[in-house]
Amino acid sequence: MEFEWIKIPYSMLTLFIVANYGFLLTAVMAKIAARVGRRHGIPVWQNYLDLIKNYGLRSSITHGVMYYLGPVFRLSGGVGLLLFVPTIYGTEMFSNMSFAGDLILALYFVFFGALGMALGAAESGHPHSAIGVSRGLSQVTAAELPFALAVFAVALQYQTLSITEIVAAQQGGVLHWTLFSNPFAVAAAMLSFLGSMMRPPFDVVLAPQEIPIGPPTEYHSSYLALLQTNRAIFPIAKIVVYMNLFFGGAASWPVFFLKVFLIYLFSVFVGVAFPRFRVEQSIRWFLVSAVPLGVIAIVLV
Amino acid sequence: MRQISMRELYEILKQIFPLGELTEQRSNLAFITVDRAQLRPLLLHLRDREGFTHLVLLTAVDWIEDGSFQLTYLLCDRLGQRDLGLRVMLPRDGAAMESIHDLWPTAATYQRELREMFGIAFPESPRVEEDFILEGWTGTPPYRRDFDTLKYSNETFAPRPGRETRDPEGYMKEQLYPDGN
Amino acid sequence: MRDELKKRVVKTPDGQELEIEPLRDYYCEAPPTVMPAAYSKIVEGLFNWARAESLWILGFGTGCGAIEMRPLMTPRFDAYRYGIQWRPTPRQANLFVISGYLSVKTLKRVIRSYEQMQNPKYVVGLGSCTINGGMYFDSYNTITRLDEYLPVDVYIAGCMPRPEALLSGFEELKRIIKSGKAEGANRYAENFDWYKANQKRVIQDWDMPDYNW
Repeated sequence: MEFEWIKIPYSMLTLFIVANYGFLLTAVMAKIAARVGRRHGIPVWQNYLDLIKNYGLRSSITHGVMYYLGPVFRLSGGVGLLLFVPTIYGTEMFSNMSFAGDLILALYFVFFGALGMALGAAESGHPHSAIGVSRGLSQVTAAELPFALAVFAVALQYQTLSITEIVAAQQGGVLHWTLFSNPFAVAAAMLSFLGSMMRPPFDVVLAPQEIPIGPPTEYHSSYLALLQTNRAIFPIAKIVVYMNLFFGGAASWPVFFLKVFLIYLFSVFVGVAFPRFRVEQSIRWFLVSAVPLGVIAIVLV
Repeated sequence: MRQISMRELYEILKQIFPLGELTEQRSNLAFITVDRAQLRPLLLHLRDREGFTHLVLLTAVDWIEDGSFQLTYLLCDRLGQRDLGLRVMLPRDGAAMESIHDLWPTAATYQRELREMFGIAFPESPRVEEDFILEGWTGTPPYRRDFDTLKYSNETFAPRPGRETRDPEGYMKEQLYPDGN
Repeated sequence: MRDELKKRVVKTPDGQELEIEPLRDYYCEAPPTVMPAAYSKIVEGLFNWARAESLWILGFGTGCGAIEMRPLMTPRFDAYRYGIQWRPTPRQANLFVISGYLSVKTLKRVIRSYEQMQNPKYVVGLGSCTINGGMYFDSYNTITRLDEYLPVDVYIAGCMPRPEALLSGFEELKRIIKSGKAEGANRYAENFDWYKANQKRVIQDWDMPDYNW
């Protein structure tokens, strides 16, 4: 297979659009959550200001090599997930680096960032970071289980590991979506989705009060700015995977924006309505509520 | 069953222990002055027989004119909803007192505070020598009345010039009754 | 000084003898340096604008005034509108609000937290107690002038100031930052010896290095 160099600027363009959309979207979501509490919330451009400020800090300190690499791993997890998954179905320009087995790679990238963060945060040596990382890894692992089951169910259903082909099989009307052809898999995956979005009820990893913000406690200035960039890109990249697997993909940017917004809104709705779980509660919740749905999905296929 | 009043309780206690005078503040709050030697048996009796199971506080008053410290042990009878305070007078010079941390563990914390703030020694109390609130304090204990806080503050903390301080009573009079009535 | 901070020799489980000196081993001791502004005036202007519009307050309530900061998060005042957020760690915060009276014991912790914040950083003194001692002017353990120990950018007077006064104080701070005059961290570095001497005169048991981040 010959590599086409034009893909590099194309995927850079995708990355640029997604990053900016991510910044605006997270701010809009924060505003929506604030409106639930009858506040006005942050301005929609606040994320950009925070980013410039963090890059503009004059001093920064380091704790070692892994401390540098933590945010880099985290960001490459988000960027990698985005680049190896077709963003817009059916276009040469925004299909990125998708290939025949990209579904497995996507599963790996979802986990990659969390592991990198664990290494970096451990090097920072702050006890709260260690607590946050252990909570985060156990919760992400538990949340990953139903998602993996759902992905296997979908792969079995369509007899392929290529996301592009999965999307192609869902074209031709809303009723062809996996949402309707395999509802159990979608249900299991959406429950897992809640767990990986770092919103209530599953935000004990960042726990703003008990352990000051968890893994990134020691991160500041440019390191923090990298993490913030990732927090804009990663949810979108993850939602892109969900959208492609379960909601028929997107054939154009407006459809993409709308679907991503709605899927994101799902986790915000749940977040503003429910209080926070402790880690052992959330693990139990994933194992008891979400995993059986995934098993049913695989059995039915 | 009718609860016995503080006065009746005092009469009962007086048959067992030599007691000082009784001060009745309210129907459910009274103070008894006792000798230093009587304190411990009296506390035990009150805790185990009379239902005063809770040590509310242990505090001190500096009677600098009499040259003595007054320790107040305030006990609470939870079921009877009443408080009884025991007052013990200590000589101010080289003030020291027996510890009661084995009766109520919380007393150890009060005794640590009293040692730091008033300089009253409690030799057997656990961790009593550690800093409680003041870190590395070496001078006169600050709650003693011969410690001049204003002078200390002015010497230590570089006060900002230009601060006006008024006598509250005179200033209120001046504001409320400007014509002097 | 506490025992665990003294210089001593310890024996490791495999028989090795190590000499440890906690004050040197656990902290970085390099004194702060004056950090120059960005080379280009336009870039520095952009940075200052972003810094002003994104104030991250260190969530450290040092006195009674901390209770006045809570309403700022509520729907009635909603400081998030102005780009003001609370961060729980000094590494990420750039604004330290000294809320109300500051006892000597707290001052020690305040200095450590302040020195862990990254340049540029700002200090707001909240309430009369930070200005001239307020009602604690004659207390044995409450400092009377905050600017003896830390470089203060804005004072907000009152006992206590209402949340509206706080918001107006933050707006004033934003104006100062945008005009490029809020260089408290650099002032601290320039007059480092003077600040340290003041701090050490008040804090009796100085059991930390001179500069700890």
